[in-house]
Amino acid sequence: MDALLLSRIQFAANISFHILFPTITIAMGWFLLYFRIRHIKTRDPAWEEAYYFWTKVFALSFALGVVSGIVMSFQFGTNWPGFMERAGDIAGPLLGYEVLTAFFLEASFLGIMLFGRGRVSERVHLAATFLVAFGTTMSAFWILSLNSWMQTPAGFEIVDGKFMPVDWFAVVFNPSFPYRLAHKLLASALTASFLIAGLCAWQLLKGSATGGTHKALRTAIIAASVAMPLQFLAGDMHGLNTLEHQPAKIAALEGIWHTEKSAPLTLFGIPDEAAGTTHYAVKIPKMASLILAHDANAELKGLNEFPNAHPPVAPIFWAFRVMVGVGTLMLVVAWASAWLLWRRRRLAQGSMDLPKPALYVLAGMTFSGWLATLSGWYVTEIGRQPFLVYGHLRTADVATTLPSPMIAVTLTAYLIVYGLLLITYVGVLKYMAEHPFKHAPEAPHGAELGKAGV
Amino acid sequence: MNMTTWAEVLPLIFLAVMGLALLAYVILDGYDLGVGLLLPLAESKEQKDTMISSIGPFWDANETWLVLGVGVLLVAFPMAHGLVLQALYLPVAVMLIGLILRGVAFDFRVKAPTKYVPFWNRAFFAGSLLASASQGWMLGSYITGFDKGWLGLAFSLGIALTLPAAYILLGAGWLIMKTEGELQEHAVRWARRVLWPMGFALVAISAATPLVNPGVVAKWFSVPEVFGLMPIPLSCAIAFFAVRWVVTHPNVVKAGYGWVVFASTVLIFILAFFGLAYSIFPDIVIGRMTVWQAAVSTGSLTVIFVGVAITLPVIIIYTIYMYRVFWGKARALTYN
Repeated sequence: MDALLLSRIQFAANISFHILFPTITIAMGWFLLYFRIRHIKTRDPAWEEAYYFWTKVFALSFALGVVSGIVMSFQFGTNWPGFMERAGDIAGPLLGYEVLTAFFLEASFLGIMLFGRGRVSERVHLAATFLVAFGTTMSAFWILSLNSWMQTPAGFEIVDGKFMPVDWFAVVFNPSFPYRLAHKLLASALTASFLIAGLCAWQLLKGSATGGTHKALRTAIIAASVAMPLQFLAGDMHGLNTLEHQPAKIAALEGIWHTEKSAPLTLFGIPDEAAGTTHYAVKIPKMASLILAHDANAELKGLNEFPNAHPPVAPIFWAFRVMVGVGTLMLVVAWASAWLLWRRRRLAQGSMDLPKPALYVLAGMTFSGWLATLSGWYVTEIGRQPFLVYGHLRTADVATTLPSPMIAVTLTAYLIVYGLLLITYVGVLKYMAEHPFKHAPEAPHGAELGKAGV
Repeated sequence: MNMTTWAEVLPLIFLAVMGLALLAYVILDGYDLGVGLLLPLAESKEQKDTMISSIGPFWDANETWLVLGVGVLLVAFPMAHGLVLQALYLPVAVMLIGLILRGVAFDFRVKAPTKYVPFWNRAFFAGSLLASASQGWMLGSYITGFDKGWLGLAFSLGIALTLPAAYILLGAGWLIMKTEGELQEHAVRWARRVLWPMGFALVAISAATPLVNPGVVAKWFSVPEVFGLMPIPLSCAIAFFAVRWVVTHPNVVKAGYGWVVFASTVLIFILAFFGLAYSIFPDIVIGRMTVWQAAVSTGSLTVIFVGVAITLPVIIIYTIYMYRVFWGKARALTYN
């Protein structure tokens, strides 16, 4: 295999592994803040139990996000030297602001949030919890701004082959950024919600639930049932935006081979790029035009309009269907669980237990957010190919000139490490859920609080 | 060279920011990695727990200085970033895998089932070793201008052995400050054992540097520079013997002067850093690229400069605040 393909696989493997963890921590930071505030308001120890248990899950996920993120900061240079040489004037400041406004903030206050309870006052500790959540969200803001700029570049001119910024506001708030940010933050909310709900359900099934389990489960189900419909709305708007700016991506993910009016929606089928058709397609007439352009008779551009400039069809065709399918399942499960909770609450005055089958479904969907998130990213990132900066810079032009055996060696090493870490992570989460008392709060009391005088 | 215009000064400012970030990284993550390298020498589970809890709240923020250093290289000097990182491709990968192992071991060793604790302790040590040795290798390789001849490789190997030794001294110094009782006595002994090998290696490297990089000789040994530069090796020697005095006199540690070990080691790091910076300047890739050739446009640098000027002081303030919160002796690690 050539260095370009290996570099792409290596970067994709790395970023796929990395994104799993920020997707959890971005939203979980805000869950933790909520648990903390609820405890301060109600003084109910159950909220504190929820806070402590999930703080530990947060710390573990955060550590995995940090170490894989550091790898990425190096791979920009090792695998894509041409990218920073050509687009460094734009990508550089955006990445720089991420490090300066987000990384240090979250890393520093995480220490106080995790280990500072006996050393700082309750108020400072709450502030630290807030700053960690704020830092992770700021990080998402900057990196998604850069990612969106690569999809829908704006506010620049090309001088001597280099992208030079002209209007920074247009660069940061480029056309797809608001939609992508909303879509990603909601994806994080859903991933964290389902992770929390799933592990809590597992604790109830295994008899290892604590008071905090009920609180966290309820919070997660309510959050998921609010976030999921919003996610469909955000996804739809993001799709409209993509149709406007990256029509080739839409044509590929919908499997529209030729430009047509009143385009049908292909539910399933087997796309065949060589033959330029989708075999065994199950279609709904006019539906694609209706969904994408909000007009049943609208004309949609087909792949024939983008010779040599459209992404591979099959991967994003499938990834898109996985994303939408998992999202639909999440909506059904979230609403059904919310309804069950609401009904039980009315019947049994505060008893919060869901029926066993519902618990099994939730436990089975613990990592559903990961599946939807990864397939969504594959749609948008593979959908950007063959460009790195859409319409202006091709991926092949900026790849490393390193010999491919060297990349193959490191790729193998990364894959082994990541595979083992993923298995360990899931195993440890399960172990933690089953042994919550090993991870029970060891909260300091009275005089211990604030003794550092700060 | 006339250095009056903003366009010429700005790359220098970023060179300083990058250098200071990397210096901060080497010192701050240096003591973390040093503690990791010393971990197998601890005698009991309690000692291991205390050692790790002494760095637990800090490591994450410490590692962020590496991201800032590489980030500035990437952001401000993209030409050099691609060149340096491609030349150091394999050691970078080794370091990253080491940092991954070390970073996840912090969490896994307290959260995984108890029977896996020894495994994660070993991973913690192995990760620290891979990371520190590959950092030494990279530094050596960088100084030789990525020379692939036997002399260059031998030089890189020398630093790959020396840097972990220096980190061990730093880590032992940190433990002397942050722990008490038996563990503190161990730390003093560890510092005493590693001191001479490290000192010898540092002198050997300094003597070998002109061999691999002839340009250095003229910079250091011409008159009057040689007199202006004499304080650097002299201060290093004083710091070295200050460490030696403290670690060979247990009563000095008991009297509360254990911090001298850490402070003197930090001083040696700082002096070595400035000596190196003086040798290399104004190149960013030795013999191939100067700071100005590697920099991005003035406009983009200005945009980042505004961010750096506002956020870096704030970062430094809350970093100091964090160290104040966790001031004093480390206790067994609880998530309190």
